[in-house]
Amino acid sequence: MDVTLLARLQFAVTTVYHFFFVPLTLGLSILVAVMQTIYFRTGDETYKKMTKFWGKLFLINFALGVVTGIVQEFQFGMNWSEYSRFVGDIFGAPLAIEALLAFFLESTFLGLWIFGWDRVSKRVHLASIWLAAIGANISAFWILLANAFMQQPLGFVLQNGRAEMNDFLSLLFNPTLWKMFPHTFYSGLATAAFFIMGISAYHLVRKSNPEMFRRSFQIGAIVAILGSLLVALTGHSQMQHLVETQPMKVAAAEALWNTENPAALSLFTVGNERERRDVFAIRLPFALSILAFNQLYGTVEGINNLQESYTAAYGPGDYVPPVAISYWSFRIMVGAGTLMVLLAFYAIFLVMGEQLTQNPPRLLGWFTLAIGLPYLANSAGWILTEVGRQPWVVHGLMRVETAVSPNVTAGMLLTSLIGFTLIYGILAAADVYLITKFARAGGAKLEAQPADEPRISLIPGD
Amino acid sequence: MLDLNITWFLLIAILYTGFFVLEGFDFGVGILLPFLGRDDKRRRMIINTIGPHWDGNEVWLLTAGGATFAAFPHWYATLFSGFYMAFFLLLLALIVRGVAFEFRSKDERPLWRATWDWAIFVGSAVPALLLGVAFANLARGVPIDASMTYVGGFWNLLNPYALLGGLTTLALFTLHGAIFLALKTSGDLMEGARKAAARLWIPVVVLIFAFFGATYVATDALQQLGLNPGVVPLAGGAAILLVGYFLRKRREGYAFMLTIVTIITATATIFMIMFPRVMISSLDPAWSLTIYNASSSPYTLRVMTFVALIFVPVVLAYQGWTYWIFRRRITEQSALEY
Repeated sequence: MDVTLLARLQFAVTTVYHFFFVPLTLGLSILVAVMQTIYFRTGDETYKKMTKFWGKLFLINFALGVVTGIVQEFQFGMNWSEYSRFVGDIFGAPLAIEALLAFFLESTFLGLWIFGWDRVSKRVHLASIWLAAIGANISAFWILLANAFMQQPLGFVLQNGRAEMNDFLSLLFNPTLWKMFPHTFYSGLATAAFFIMGISAYHLVRKSNPEMFRRSFQIGAIVAILGSLLVALTGHSQMQHLVETQPMKVAAAEALWNTENPAALSLFTVGNERERRDVFAIRLPFALSILAFNQLYGTVEGINNLQESYTAAYGPGDYVPPVAISYWSFRIMVGAGTLMVLLAFYAIFLVMGEQLTQNPPRLLGWFTLAIGLPYLANSAGWILTEVGRQPWVVHGLMRVETAVSPNVTAGMLLTSLIGFTLIYGILAAADVYLITKFARAGGAKLEAQPADEPRISLIPGD
Repeated sequence: MLDLNITWFLLIAILYTGFFVLEGFDFGVGILLPFLGRDDKRRRMIINTIGPHWDGNEVWLLTAGGATFAAFPHWYATLFSGFYMAFFLLLLALIVRGVAFEFRSKDERPLWRATWDWAIFVGSAVPALLLGVAFANLARGVPIDASMTYVGGFWNLLNPYALLGGLTTLALFTLHGAIFLALKTSGDLMEGARKAAARLWIPVVVLIFAFFGATYVATDALQQLGLNPGVVPLAGGAAILLVGYFLRKRREGYAFMLTIVTIITATATIFMIMFPRVMISSLDPAWSLTIYNASSSPYTLRVMTFVALIFVPVVLAYQGWTYWIFRRRITEQSALEY
């Protein structure tokens, strides 16, 4: 098998899997910190129980995010050594800074938080969850800084046979980074909000521990409406930025074969990717120009035209990313995001009424299923971002097939790909088992236990 | 004045050293788990001694890797692609180990716990062995061609000298962990850890001196260090000998300090043999990667130095502080989170 394909497949598997766990870590760390802050301010035991309950689920999820992140740190050298040599002068720095600024903060203070309930003052203990939450989100910032360079390389000069950093501030203020980071941050919050609402709904329907889960649902609903609207807004502005910086990605995401003005938006396209034409398409006139430029008219470049201009600029080659994957991942992301916005409005409507605990509506159960929506959107969003960048590994600078390690064989890659996939599969099963178990049992067991000993109820091993 | 290339070589050496000192006892604790943890309660006590720390300790490795990438991209590229299968196994081990700590006590089924305990053991023993193999190979030199690419296979790394290095780190970290457990536990668990440390000491001494002797044969230590190896390796030799004395006197605090000294000096010796090379080519000395031909641009090194100067002291301060918070021994009455 082709080494480049295997290396890409392994990167896709390990990265998408890693990002199953990351958004919940980003968002839930903040929400648990908020709950504990309310407990600290009011002394209300319900918020302490909430902190412990959601904190436990947070930790189960966190463990997998951490260990799969180690792979990311080493994989560039292992599978992409030529990439590491060519852009290491720029790309290595954010990874090192991420470890130094974020990983230490996150891991040290989370350790203090888990083991420090009775060993440090309440104030220090509260500070530790906030520092862990800040560490997690700082980590996202620095890795996105690295990724933003791959999408829109800035702050470098080509010399000594490689790309060398010559302006750190340009990396720091890369406009792509400032589109991506808010989008990721809000999607973390939205993911956590839907996670909390889904599990709370499960318990509200069964009337187990209604007080705790009503308040959890409230927090979830408020964060869900803010988070999902802001994700949509930042996503929209990111797409407008892509029209300028990575038009090929936009064209692929829209299956727009030829340049149009005004450009129509595809609602549903079945295309022939090889011949680059529609087999069947429903298109909304003007809509793509409006989305891209906030006005009726505006030129959106098509795949064929871009292919021509890229050939002129970079020499002969295929500059078209996989269109079907880009097109459908974009639609899955937007579709799931739209459903999230609608559900968030419904959740707000429910919270405004008094019926959540008294007479929970049957529709509430749907929120449990909706936990999956942000996961769908998050994964699809990254697949679009990375697949849509092809064939470049760094846009306009380095093609993906020149980036792989020359000395890593297909056999080695196949071994590691199978190994990671197997282990990841087993760990996913264990993770889902534990989360489901604690999510289900938490409410009922908390009720049965005296209020001052929630710890015992949460750790069955005690 | 130190040039920045030397500064970053030093900093990376310090990061790996810190990792071996801290995660060294973590690995040792994990390796000793099946031997000292007779029942579930004791196994939980053992795991809880490193509970608040293992993740923060592991970040030293991530930071070392990241710093290598940032300051010496060619070193990072050659090392990680060259030692591919070794790093793959290391990653699998670290993955199952980390998850095992968090998951094992969250379900009561004996099979569940036994499985994760096994993962902790294997996930600790494999890295303890592999890291020694990797660093012995770094000192010995590996086949690297003119384009900085590793051209040996997987089996090339498993030469007798490197395997001896692996066994040495495996044994040394286990001893380090046993002494740590003797310091952090109480009752019969502490006694068991003491006995294990006493029993491990002689094999560790033999391995360390054998490995040091072999280093003079297998590497160019003779040119790099001279016939008189100097104060650093000799201090390490003296320290590991003294460990035995303090173990007999039941002064684990001193013994622990001395295994730390041993680990620091041993790691420093390896880096002294390498300097100024970072990947030694066994094919042609001219093809070796050095702190100059493998480094980032002066601009990047300056940026990174600035960042490191600000944040390394902060990290050291708060990580040290959490060790102070959790300084007490784990007893039968302690609340066990893991």
